[in-house]
Parts: sequence; structure tokens; C-alpha cells
Amino acid sequence: MYKFLLCWRYLRTRYIALASVISVMLGVATMIVVNSVMEGFTTEMQNRIHGILSDMVFESRSLEGFRDANWHMEQIRNVAGDAIVGMSPTVVVPAMLSFQIRGEWITQQVQLIGIDENTQASVSDFGKYLQHPANREKMSFHLREGGYDVRDHQAEGEAPLRRQMAEAGWSARRAIYFQQRTLQEPSPGRNSPPTAGKDTSPAADPFQRAETAVANDPLAGRVFDPSKEQHTGCVMGIALSCHRDKDGEDRFLVLPGEDVKLTFPTAGTPPKVVSDSFTIADFYESKMSEYDASFIFVPIRALQELRGMVDPRTNVGFVNSIQMKLKPGADMDEVRDRLRAAFNPQLYGVFTWRDKQTPLLAAVQVETAILNVLLFMIIAVAGFGILAVFFMIVVEKTRDIGILKSLGAPGTGIMGIFLAYGLSLGLVGSGAGLVIGLLFVRHINGIADLLGRITGQKVFDPQIYYFYKIPTIVDPPTIAWIMLGAMCIAVLASVLPALRAALQHPVEALRYE
Amino acid sequence: MSDELESLLRQTSPRRATSTPRLQPKPRVQGGMPLEGGPRLELNLEQGSRILTRDPAEPLGRSHLNMPEERPLLPPHMTAKPAAPVAGAAIPIESGQILRCTHLKKSYHKGRLEVPVLRDVTLDIDKGEFVAIVGQSGSGKSTLLHLLGTLDAPDSGQIFFVNQRIDRLAGSARDRIRNRHFGMIFQFYHLLPELTTLENVLAPLMIGCSLWNYLCHRRRHRAAATELLRLVGLEHRLKHKPSELSGGEMQRAAIARALVTRPQVLLADEPTGNLDQGTGQEIMKILRTLNRDQKLTIVMVTHDQAIAAQADRIIRLTDGRIEGA
Repeated sequence: MYKFLLCWRYLRTRYIALASVISVMLGVATMIVVNSVMEGFTTEMQNRIHGILSDMVFESRSLEGFRDANWHMEQIRNVAGDAIVGMSPTVVVPAMLSFQIRGEWITQQVQLIGIDENTQASVSDFGKYLQHPANREKMSFHLREGGYDVRDHQAEGEAPLRRQMAEAGWSARRAIYFQQRTLQEPSPGRNSPPTAGKDTSPAADPFQRAETAVANDPLAGRVFDPSKEQHTGCVMGIALSCHRDKDGEDRFLVLPGEDVKLTFPTAGTPPKVVSDSFTIADFYESKMSEYDASFIFVPIRALQELRGMVDPRTNVGFVNSIQMKLKPGADMDEVRDRLRAAFNPQLYGVFTWRDKQTPLLAAVQVETAILNVLLFMIIAVAGFGILAVFFMIVVEKTRDIGILKSLGAPGTGIMGIFLAYGLSLGLVGSGAGLVIGLLFVRHINGIADLLGRITGQKVFDPQIYYFYKIPTIVDPPTIAWIMLGAMCIAVLASVLPALRAALQHPVEALRYE
Repeated sequence: MSDELESLLRQTSPRRATSTPRLQPKPRVQGGMPLEGGPRLELNLEQGSRILTRDPAEPLGRSHLNMPEERPLLPPHMTAKPAAPVAGAAIPIESGQILRCTHLKKSYHKGRLEVPVLRDVTLDIDKGEFVAIVGQSGSGKSTLLHLLGTLDAPDSGQIFFVNQRIDRLAGSARDRIRNRHFGMIFQFYHLLPELTTLENVLAPLMIGCSLWNYLCHRRRHRAAATELLRLVGLEHRLKHKPSELSGGEMQRAAIARALVTRPQVLLADEPTGNLDQGTGQEIMKILRTLNRDQKLTIVMVTHDQAIAAQADRIIRLTDGRIEGA
């Protein structure tokens, strides 16, 4: 009883000890904030990666692909059907994207993905990242009239205005081609039967020479009127076209409604080059620059036909990957191993979305671990402060220790007083750190803005990071561990002074001046 | 409890008691005169000591203690029979030798240099005796007291408490004996500065009981401590910190603290050394009353002959030896 009473009195009267606890408090607060922000970032990033990639991918090891997606999907369902919610076949092939800006051709390398627009929504969050609200509900490769988002709909109201997107759609398409038609001389080749999808001036179209014959087009011979018709639609990663200028506004090189050319290898050995025109139906913005700057989605059937992946006898296309979505609680690694066991690994590869992104996720984990170690050092340093202050307190209390011993208090009891004192200081420090840390996390965006205004520099620049607001996730077990660690350090730091107090000789202590 | 005291308190008086004036907290005075409000305090103390020492034939003015006549002066735990013996401690006795030491030797070592303090001390103290140990400064009297109170261990020799050897006991057993059977008061009072007077007096009880035990009986302990403080005249100082008490009040609080566990021996190390004549005499009065009425064995160390003369027996210590031994 006397231990608690004395410990409580010491806590209330000695403010200098509370000063030594400030560093514990700051260390705990910093650790909480940093862990919350890292957890937020990691989760957001994982969500985005996961949102784009499906849970699991079953792919062929060659660009040729495998025939009969349906048969394969049947087999997969036999092996792991209990865990699978949705499946969608895709064709993935590297390609070159080209479009004209003011007469100049701009060419970029892209990843061309043929998707089945009916089943794609069941395996990934693809639809969520499109820029037209109607497409987000039901995805379509047909160009929409207008009504594309003029602001990034994922930004919660803070994104810059994208004025050019207001004109995107059929209205833009009509305006562009009307302009082109009035500017150009009517060429002799206009009324002759051009192959569908060709540019109106055959001599100037560099792609024409490189093209090989495509499948017989029943519409060959018909004039293609770009202001009324569209080529096969494609959904382009927004970073392929959009760049932020120095004023912070988004500028687009091409808009939905305009045409681009895609060049890619056919199936077969050796692969030949094939090109076609596509009309941009929508943009796709996932905030992961890796994907936004390289993915283009087209209808799978069109891609299969262009590449010659359709079996002429059965009219069934080859696919080179099947995307799968698993049930919410399923163990991805276990399903992956089951599929790997069932299918010949020389021909087929099975990967979870984590496997596809291992380097990135591993890097983030390593970073988190290192940060935690460094921040814990702060608290460890704080422990030495506590040690010093306690030592002084014990020396100051020498006579009182002698008094207690003369009253019959055992050495362990006296040690207990100071250990309890250390524990209570740790508790006070951790508690204060917890409150400060949580407050900081809650108002972190406001604080970032304030700092930005004071220093004149944006603290958290959405251009550099993927997000407009700093994402934070408060994880109670992590916080509990942090506080426990801080209290342990405080108690450990008080062991030596407590031992010194306990081992005092009563008579010498009583004589202490 | 003495019949004298009981009968004193059973007498009633027609006068209404005036409540004792609430005293201002005073700065601590090291052994000096009490400051303003002093005379009242003196009166208080006077009345208190008068009650302790008065002639039973004298009619009693209504006591400043303001107690109903039926209530005894001392708390029940001090008037009841002693409790069952504690393991490792001696059974309390009614008479005979209570404290004995033979051929005690103690030296202090400073590096290689050995400074002998007690050379060969043999001593017997009976139950109920009031012994004063006198000597020059440096003659080893405080050391002897500390050895008797198990605060220190002798280099050689034996110490017996109620015929049980206590100098070689384990630390925890010594702590228990010191807590239950010895009470100590010091020249510099040695009260814990962060605790109030009442808590200071309760400290030995808090140390001696486990937490659960203490909480269960805390009302009883509190009552006991409050009664003791009332006995020494400090009932209006319960909530004050030691820094707000005068020297005499602090010594009285120390005496109350020393008595709260009903010890059999009271060891006093120069109790009046820091007090002026008058206050010192008051303290001595209290000690003498305790010795006479409750047969409390008191071993007092002092360098003041006048104070020593008030004891039953004087032991002179010179150069680490008892004179005449």
C-alpha cells in the first residue's frame, strides 16, 4: 500500500520526471503516425493493384495462347471451382500505339489487352476507373455522345478541371472530322473502295504499307465516314494521353472520339506485324502510373481476329490468359498451388496478384520495418533520459529510503516503489503520445496544408504521390504493441536506480545530508 | 491501560468544551521556538500533557480532546491483549529481560583504515525500563542504538530480543521485527515529506500489512492512527505535511508513528537534540508517561545530562565501552 501511495505522490510532485517522459511521448506519437500513414499507403496501393489485376491469373507461356477458353475454364472450375467467383478470358500482347498530333506521329509502347466486356467486371474493378459515368455502370466499347468526367471522380472534389474532356465523345469526333474534311482536297481515292479502317489519304498513311491482309471485311468497298461511324473502340490508360502542365491543369493529346493506330504481332511463327485503327471510347485512370501509362483495352474478339487467333473450323478464339476472381475468404496461395499441380507448368503459369507485384510489395514491407526500428530507437534513447532522472530522484530520496527501511520496509518493496514509478511514467508518456498521435492522424491533411502554406511548398503533392489525401489506417494491435514497448523501456530504464535504492544501507541512508 | 487515565476521562464537567482553534500551518522550525499561535499551541500541549500526567484527585476540565466519556483514551488495539506471535519474532513478555547484547564490536572501514566504534559492549535491558545511553559525540551511542534496532549488523557479538538471537537473522525477518516490535524516533524526526501527518503515522501499518489486508482493515488502522495523534495532541494536524509542522509537533508525530504498531521497545536517538528546552521537556513528559503507564521499554540516546537524568538508568559510553563495565 505504501508503495502505491508513495509512487502516486512522487508522480504528482516531481515535474522534472514528466519532462523526461516527453521524449517517450514524442516517440510513441511519431510511431503511431508513421505506422498509420504507411499502413494507409500500403493498403491503398494494394487495393489499387488488386483492383486492376484480378485475384489470380492463369496464363499460357507463349503469346500464341491456348485454344478453347471455355474448355480451360471448365477444367479450372473442376480443380478449384469451390473458391472461384468469376472468370474472364483475355488476350495480352505487347503493341505500339501511334497517333497524330499536328501532323506528327507520336508512338509509344503499350500493353494491349483484349477483354470480354461482359465478364471483365466480374473479375476486377476495371469499370470503376473509367471516365464516363455510364461506362462505370456498364462498360461498353462504343463511343458515348458526351458527358465524360471533367474532374477526376476519385479525387473527392479537389482535382483540377479537365476542360478538354467536356468536348470528348461523338461531338468532338464530328467536329474533328468535319474540320479535316473541309480542309483537305477531295482525293481521287475517296470513292474507290478502301479497306475498312483506313485513313482517307492512302498515300500519307505510313501504316498502310506495313499492313498485311486482314480477315475479309464484309464492309469492304463501303466508304467509312468517320463522323458517323467509329472504328473498334479501345479504352486507353489516361497517362498515355494526359500530361499535367506547369499550371497544374491536365492537358490531353488525344480525347475520346479520336482515332489511334495499334500495331502488334500476329500469332504464328514467325510473328508478322499487323496494324489497325481504333477509336478511343474512354480513358482509364487507376492512379498507378505503371498501368495508366501502358494499358490499352480492346474487345477480345477484334484482337483475336486481327492476330489470327481464331480457329477457322470452330470459330473459337485462342486466348493467352484467364483472369479469375476468388471468394472473399479464399486462400489464394492454396488455390494457386492446386492449379499449378493440375496443369502442366511448362505450358501454363498460374499467379496470384501478389506474385505479379512481389518486388513492389516487398519493398514497401522492408521500408515499414526499417522505419519502425529507427523510430523505436527514439524511445530507447528516451529510456536513458528516464534513467538519468531516476538516478537523481533516488539520490535525492536517500534519506526517505532510510526512513522506510527503519520502519521495516524490505528492499524489494523499495525497489517496487521505483519500478512502479517508472511504469507509471511510461504509462503517462504512452498515453499522452497516443492522444497526440491519434489527433495528428485525424487532422493530418489539415496539418499538411498548414505546413504547405507556411513553408510555401506543397508538403504532399498529388503529382508525386498517387493520392489527393494522405491515406491513414489506424490499426489497434500495432498501437498496443507500440505502447507496450514504450512502457517496457520505461520500466527497464528504472531498474538500475531502483536496485540502487533497494541496496542502500539503512544507517548510511539515514545519515545522508 | 492505566486506571488513572480511565477514571480521569470518566469524570464529567459542567463546562462546555471550547473547540480547539484551528491553527494556521506553520513553517517548520528546526528546534526553535514556535511562531505566532505559539501560546495557544503551548496551552494545547499543556492540556494534553496535563491529562497524561495529572493527579487523579484534581477535577478535570472538559478535555480538549472532546471525547465522549465512555470512550477510552487509547484505541482498542492498544488496550487489548497482544496478538498471536509472528513467525520469527519473540513472544511479547510481561517482565524480564527484553533486550540484551553481549560483547558487541563494530568498526567502520575507510579503505584500509579501520575505525573502531564499539569495542566491547555488554548490556541488559529489562521490560519496562527507561534507559538513557549517554556519551560524547563519537562514542558510538547511535551506533549501539542502530545495532539494537537491527538497522546494522555487528562485526562480532550477539544481540538478543526476548531471548532470541536477532543479529544474524535473515533480512526479511529483521524487517518484520523492526516493523512490529521496535519503534524508532530520531533527532531529525525523519518523517516522509510527501505524506501527510496521518499517512506518516499509518506508514508502519502500511508496510507491515499486505495490500489486501491493509485495505480490508483500513478503517481500523485509520482510527488507531487518529487516536494516537489525538493522544499526542496533533488531532488538528492530520492533513498537514511535515513541512507545515513545528519541530515539537514533528517529534510528536514521530512518536505516534513509532507507537502505531504497539511495539515493545521504543528506541530514541537524541529525541530532544533539535528542540528547545521547553519543547524538549514536553517530549520527555510524553515518553515518561508512556513508560510508566504502558510499561513501554525505552532506550534513549542523548548527550544532554539533564534529559538523561529523567530516565531510570543511565549507561555511560566512553570510547566504545561502557563505563564501569
